[in-house]
Amino acid sequence: MKEANSAVQIDRSIGDFAYPEVHVRDAGAGLSEKTIHYISDVKEDPDWVREFRLRGLKTFLEKPLPTHWASKDLEAIDFDKIRYYLAPGTGAKRSWDEVPEDIKRTFERLGIPEQERKFLAGVEAQFDSEAVYSNIKKAVGEQGVIFVGSTEGLKNHPEIFRKWFGKVIPIGDNKFSALNSAVFSGGSFIYVPPGVKVKHPLQAYFRINAENFGQFERTLIIADEGSEVTYMEGCTAPKFNTTTLHSAVVELVALKGAKIQYITVQNWSANVFNLVTKRGLAHEDAQVKWIDCNIGSRLTMKYPGVIMKGRKARGEVLSIALANDGQHQDTGAKMIHAADETTSNIISKSISIGTGRATYRGLVNVPKHLKHCKNNTECDALLINATSRTDTYPTITVRGTGNAVQHEASVSQVSAEQIFYMQQRGLSQAQAMSLSVNGFVNDLVRQFPMEYSVELKRLIELEMEGSVG
Amino acid sequence: MSLVAHDEVTQAGSILFGPVDSRGPDWFRDQQRAAWKQFESVPKPTRKDQAWRFANVDLLDLTPFKFGGTLSDHDRAEILDQSRGLAEVAGRLIFAGDELVHRDVISDQLRQRGVIFQPLERAMVEHTDLFRKHFMSQPATLGSAKFAALHQALVSSGTFLYVPRGVEIELPVEIFHWLAGQNAAVFPHLLLVTDELAKVTVIEHFRSAHRQSPGFACGVNDLIAGPGAKVTYVCAQKWGENVLALQINFTKVEHEASVKSLNLHLGSRYSRFESLSRLTGEGARSDLLAVSIADGIQEFDARTLQDHACPHTTSDLLYKNALNDRARNIFGGLIRVEPHAHFTDAYQKVRNLLLSDDAEANSMPGLEILADNVKCSHGATSGQIDADEMFYLQARGIPPAIARQLLVSGFLNEVIERIEERVLADHLRKLIEEKFAR
Repeated sequence: MKEANSAVQIDRSIGDFAYPEVHVRDAGAGLSEKTIHYISDVKEDPDWVREFRLRGLKTFLEKPLPTHWASKDLEAIDFDKIRYYLAPGTGAKRSWDEVPEDIKRTFERLGIPEQERKFLAGVEAQFDSEAVYSNIKKAVGEQGVIFVGSTEGLKNHPEIFRKWFGKVIPIGDNKFSALNSAVFSGGSFIYVPPGVKVKHPLQAYFRINAENFGQFERTLIIADEGSEVTYMEGCTAPKFNTTTLHSAVVELVALKGAKIQYITVQNWSANVFNLVTKRGLAHEDAQVKWIDCNIGSRLTMKYPGVIMKGRKARGEVLSIALANDGQHQDTGAKMIHAADETTSNIISKSISIGTGRATYRGLVNVPKHLKHCKNNTECDALLINATSRTDTYPTITVRGTGNAVQHEASVSQVSAEQIFYMQQRGLSQAQAMSLSVNGFVNDLVRQFPMEYSVELKRLIELEMEGSVG
Repeated sequence: MSLVAHDEVTQAGSILFGPVDSRGPDWFRDQQRAAWKQFESVPKPTRKDQAWRFANVDLLDLTPFKFGGTLSDHDRAEILDQSRGLAEVAGRLIFAGDELVHRDVISDQLRQRGVIFQPLERAMVEHTDLFRKHFMSQPATLGSAKFAALHQALVSSGTFLYVPRGVEIELPVEIFHWLAGQNAAVFPHLLLVTDELAKVTVIEHFRSAHRQSPGFACGVNDLIAGPGAKVTYVCAQKWGENVLALQINFTKVEHEASVKSLNLHLGSRYSRFESLSRLTGEGARSDLLAVSIADGIQEFDARTLQDHACPHTTSDLLYKNALNDRARNIFGGLIRVEPHAHFTDAYQKVRNLLLSDDAEANSMPGLEILADNVKCSHGATSGQIDADEMFYLQARGIPPAIARQLLVSGFLNEVIERIEERVLADHLRKLIEEKFAR
C-alpha cells in the first residue's frame, strides 16, 4: 500500500454507551492498606483472603514497572487516580427479573439474553466488579459443576478453591498479578468434577463502565481428572476520556487427563490498559488450550502460558491480535515444559493497521533431561499501512538432546495483485482488503466456536473500515 | 589520571588503572581519556539487562587482567612459527599482546594504486582524516557500550586497511592476534575502509600462545563498505580455553555494496560477539554468517542487529551452533526495518544442534518492522542428530563417533559453503576438524 491513510474510523457505537452510575460501594481513588481493608470488609473476606490481599499490595508497591523490556507507555498509568473497587451494592442474582433495570438495558445492548437462549449453558455477566447476574443451566448444576463468582467461591467452597488459588500464578509473578491479588473482585470460579464433560461452553461477559475504574477480575478453573470444559470470555467496554485499567488474573488447573479450553474475544476501547496474566497448569495427559483474540485497547500485554507438569501434557495458544491506530498489542505465549513427552504449539497472527503496533513476545523453555518434548511456534504478521509496525521477540531455551523445538515467523503485507484481482471483480478496495485480512486469519478463526468466529469476522471488518485510501 | 597513578600502573600493570601508553596524537589521547571516563561511569551489565539476558555476567570480572609485558624470545619464536594461516596472502600483520611482531607488506603495485595497509598507530598520524571519520564512529548499542569504551581507552595497536576506488585485492589480507602470558589482555582493532567499487577479503585469527592461560580480549572492528564495494570478512576465533573475549563489530554497507562476514567460534571460556550491520544505501546487501562449536563449559553469546535504514536493502543471517558437554549458547538477534525502509528483504536463521544432555541453547530471534512492503522472516530451531541419518551411516560401516562427526560437519558446512573463496572455506573446515580431533 503506497499511501498511508492514518484516519482509520472505527465504528464503536455498538459498545459505546454508558448509563448513569449508581454505585453503592465505592472505595475511592488510590491504593493503600485502607483500600484493601475496605474491600475485604465489604466483601466479608475470610482472614486468609485479607492477608493474601495485603501481601499482594506489598509486592505490588515493591515491584518496579517492567519497562526495561516492556513499553514505556506503562508509565502513563496513574495508579493514584484509579478507583480499585466499586459494586452496585447488589448481590449475585439468579433470575433475570431481579437484575436492576439500567444494568439490564446495558446487557440487552450487548445481546446477552439472546446469546444465552441460543447457545450458552451458563452466564456469569460482570457489570463493573461485582457479578450482578449469574445463572447456570440446570444440566450443568446437576453434573456437579460449580460455576460461581470469585467471592462466592472463596467463601462457600474454600476446600476446593483454596488449594489452587494463587498457586499457578503466585502473587509475586509480576507487578500486575500482585495488583490483582490485592484488589481482585469478580471473575469466575469453576470446578468440574472427575469425568464430567461440559457440553456447552460457559461464558462470562466483562465490561468496564465507571470512568477511571480498574477492573480486576480473578478467574480460577479447576478441571478434575478426565473432565472437559470450555470457557468463553468476551469483553467490550464503553469509551471514556481518561484511561482505564484492566488487570485480570486467570488460573487454570487441568488435572490428569482433563481438557480446558479458554476462549477470549476482547474488544476494549482505545483508552484501556489491558494487562492480564493468564496461565494454565497441565498435569499428566491433560490439555490446556488458550484461544486469544485481542482487538482494541491502548496497550494490551498478555502472554497466556501453560506449564506442562505431567507426562504427555499438551499446551496450546492460538492468538490473533489486531492493532489499529495508536494501539499496541503486546501479546504472545509462554510454554514451560516440565515433563517428558510434553508438546506445545503456538500460532500467532497479528495485523497492524495505521499507526498500530503488534508485538509477539514468546517464551519456550525445555529444561534439562527431558525427553521427546516438542514445540512448534509460528508467528505471522500482516502490515496494512506504511506507518504500521510489528515486532517479534521470542525467547527459546532448550537443554539436552531428544527434544525438537522450532520457531518461525514471517512478515508480509496484503498483496497488491490480490487486491487488484478482487477489484476487477467488482469489490471495493476496502472490501477486498477486508476479505484479504480475513483470509489471513481464516485458518485460525475456523478453530473458534461458531458464534465467536462470526463475531470476530465482523469485528475485523469494522476495524478494516477506512484503512485503505 | 595523576602521575602517581601512572607509576602504579607500570608496577601493577592492571588494565583497570586506565590508559597508560600514550603514543598517539593529542586528540587521540583526549578521546581515550574521555572513553575511560565513560567506561568508569557505565554500570556493569547484569543479567536483568535485556541485552545480557541468559549471559553469565559473573564471568566479566576484569580485575585479574593486565597489559601484556615484554614477549619472551621463546614465545616470539613460537608465535611466529604458529602463525600459519593461508598459503598465499596479499599482506599479513601479526600482533602478540597488541605489539606488532611481524609484517608482510602489500605489493608495490597495490601500494602505488593507493592501498594503505599499516598499523593503527601510524594511520592515526598519517591518515588522520580517514581515521577520525570512521574509527569507532558508531556507538555500541547491543549491550557492550562499557566494553567498547574500555577498548577505545586502552587500544594501542591494530590494523588500518584502506582500499581506494576501483581497486580489487585478489588475495586475502591476513591478521593474527595472539594472547601471550598469564592474565594478559589485548584490545585488537581492525579499521577497514573501502571506497567505491573496491574489493577486499580479510581474515583475522584470534589465538592464544598458551592454551590454559587465562586472558582477556576486547576487540572492536569497523568495517566500512563504500558504494558498490565488496567486502568479505572472516574471523577464526581460537582463543585459549580460559579466555574471556568480547568482540564488537560494526559494519556499514553503503549503496550497492555487499558485505559478507563469517565468524567461526571455537575457543575461549566465554566469548561474546556483537555484530551490528547497518544498511545505509539502496541495493546494499549484508550476509551475516557464524559457526560455533562449543564443548566443555564454553559459553558463546552472540548478539546481532540487521539495521535497515534505507529502502531496497537485503540482509541474510545464518548462525549454526553445535553444542556438546555442558556448553551454552545464546543468540539474541534483531532485524530492524526503520520507517520508510520499504522493499526490505531480511532473513534470520538460527540452528542449534544439541549433542549432549547438559548442553543449552537460548535463542532470541527478534523482528522490529516499522515499514511495509517488506519481506521478512526468521526461524530458530533446536534439535539433535537425526537417528535415521546415524543409522544410515552406521549401516554402511562407519563407526558411531565418525558418523556423528560427519553429520555435525555436514550441518555446519551449509554456512561455510557460503564463502566463495575456496581457500578460505577450506581453511575454516580444517580448523573445525582440528577442534573435533581434540
